Amino acid sequence: MSGQTVAEKILSRHAGKPVAADDLTVIDVDAALMSDTTAPLAIKAFREMGGKAPWNPERTFLVIDHASPAPNERIARLHDIMREFAADTGAVLYDVGEGICHQLMIEDDRVRPGEAFFGADSHTCTYGALGAFATGVGSTDLAAVMLTGKTWLKVPRTIRLEITGRINPGVEAKDLALAMVGKLGFAGATYQAVEICGEALVPMSLDERMTIANLGIEMGAKAALIHPDGLELPYDFDAEAISPDPDASYVREITIDGSALRPQISKPPRPDATVDIDELIGTKIDVAFIGTCVNGRLRDLHAAARILEGRRVASGVRLMVSAASQKVFLAAAKDGTLATLTAAGATFLPSGCGPCVGTHLGVPGDGEVVVSTANRNFRGRMGNPEASVYLASPTVVAAAAVEGKIVDPTELEG
Amino acid sequence: MESKFTGRAHVYGDDIDTDRIIAGKYTKTLNLQDLADHVLEDLDIDFRSKLVKGDVLVAGTNFGCGSSREQAPLALKVAGVSAVVAKYFARIFFRNAINIGLPVLEVPDLEADSGDELEIDLKAGVVKNLTKNADYKASAMPQVMIDILDQGGLVAYLKKNGTYDASAL
Repeated sequence: MSGQTVAEKILSRHAGKPVAADDLTVIDVDAALMSDTTAPLAIKAFREMGGKAPWNPERTFLVIDHASPAPNERIARLHDIMREFAADTGAVLYDVGEGICHQLMIEDDRVRPGEAFFGADSHTCTYGALGAFATGVGSTDLAAVMLTGKTWLKVPRTIRLEITGRINPGVEAKDLALAMVGKLGFAGATYQAVEICGEALVPMSLDERMTIANLGIEMGAKAALIHPDGLELPYDFDAEAISPDPDASYVREITIDGSALRPQISKPPRPDATVDIDELIGTKIDVAFIGTCVNGRLRDLHAAARILEGRRVASGVRLMVSAASQKVFLAAAKDGTLATLTAAGATFLPSGCGPCVGTHLGVPGDGEVVVSTANRNFRGRMGNPEASVYLASPTVVAAAAVEGKIVDPTELEG
Repeated sequence: MESKFTGRAHVYGDDIDTDRIIAGKYTKTLNLQDLADHVLEDLDIDFRSKLVKGDVLVAGTNFGCGSSREQAPLALKVAGVSAVVAKYFARIFFRNAINIGLPVLEVPDLEADSGDELEIDLKAGVVKNLTKNADYKASAMPQVMIDILDQGGLVAYLKKNGTYDASAL
């Protein structure tokens, strides 16, 4: 038997026996997550299954973030269903404004390396940043996790993606993530796990690793597991348990030269329609959006502030900013970032998912062009099928906001 | 669940994401008819009016990519789609469809045009294009998925079995 990939290692521990790629197995689940898009249906299915309380209330998380605060009475009622469920069962609730679920799970130490974490949100793959096997499921699968503490799955084959060289100044984790999606394609990792490693990753903070793992689902990956080389966490962890064996076997091995990477942009309406920024210089924009579970962290707001310090958003352009959590917002308030961005003309939105998923808070108009730090630019994604969305890093979005068009941000950096 | 039925094909292309199946702005509801009213509207605004209960949705590769929203297969099912046949599916959508009792068949070489009459045989895993008089074999599903679909979905499956049985995979 050959050595194990990271997915095989983690899933073997949770299956209670050695499992290998393509095996069907039942595993023990460590934690479960729902948002206000998925929790109401999950709670309904859980009740129909005969469920009273989740198998482990302390590790069952409900986050009100997708339409938060409630834009109408119908959604307010859905939020109440979540609050009542948490109060009745002891499940953990994060209410309006506390933040985006994926930010909260990591910020609040709700997920640890080597765990099996199931979330009813496709970007649950973000926790691969710290070596958790974390994957998105639908509401009924999540209800089944709450009922049984288990799920069934097929152990995925793994693609190994190595980013060689160091990325250049002005190139960010988001550029690397978009390049990765462009290289593998929209369905390039469907049914598979991706291990991401290489010299470019080693110096990256947990925040940056989250940005990269987050986009795993944009290539269809079941899990996006970043090797722990250089990973720093505020507690001790077993790096060996989240690293592959030297003789692990991969279905594909792919390399990207990080040192040659330019800032990247994904063109509408596909996250994998990735090009070098140079191809899009001069593209006029109407809306700039910085936030989401990809790029709403303090580091991202700092990147935007470096561009916007002492400048103004171009006339006719709307810049919206949403911190990924209340903690991020508070830190940005304390260190002056909030003032810098507001002075430049930014409008701050509550911490949440609203604009990215088209629920509320900044739906673009017909024919408008948005440049956004989000992970998806599907038709209608931001709530209007007649608008188009370009995906980019916080630095590129901030620079576009200043100039009213896509520009090479190095021209604005002192 | 009926294991053999016929329906008229509505054929669309590759990479149809869950946002186009049901937009995020419509997902926040427990009234499933609201979902059905907006199904596929950003792909084809006329789909809803063309759809007759029992029709079959046919798509290319990577159907249902993107969000984990179970509202996507629910919208299709409640609108009256009897099955989705695609070259292949995005993983979460495929699981969600089975879990809510919407038959999904992966048929890599299916040839069909909109309006063709299809016969779906779930037990045999065969899609027959009655208009073109051709048979196509669907990829095999794990036994657990066959069992879940057979019982009409995961709620019924777990009500009956209580939990997952590793020996029944």
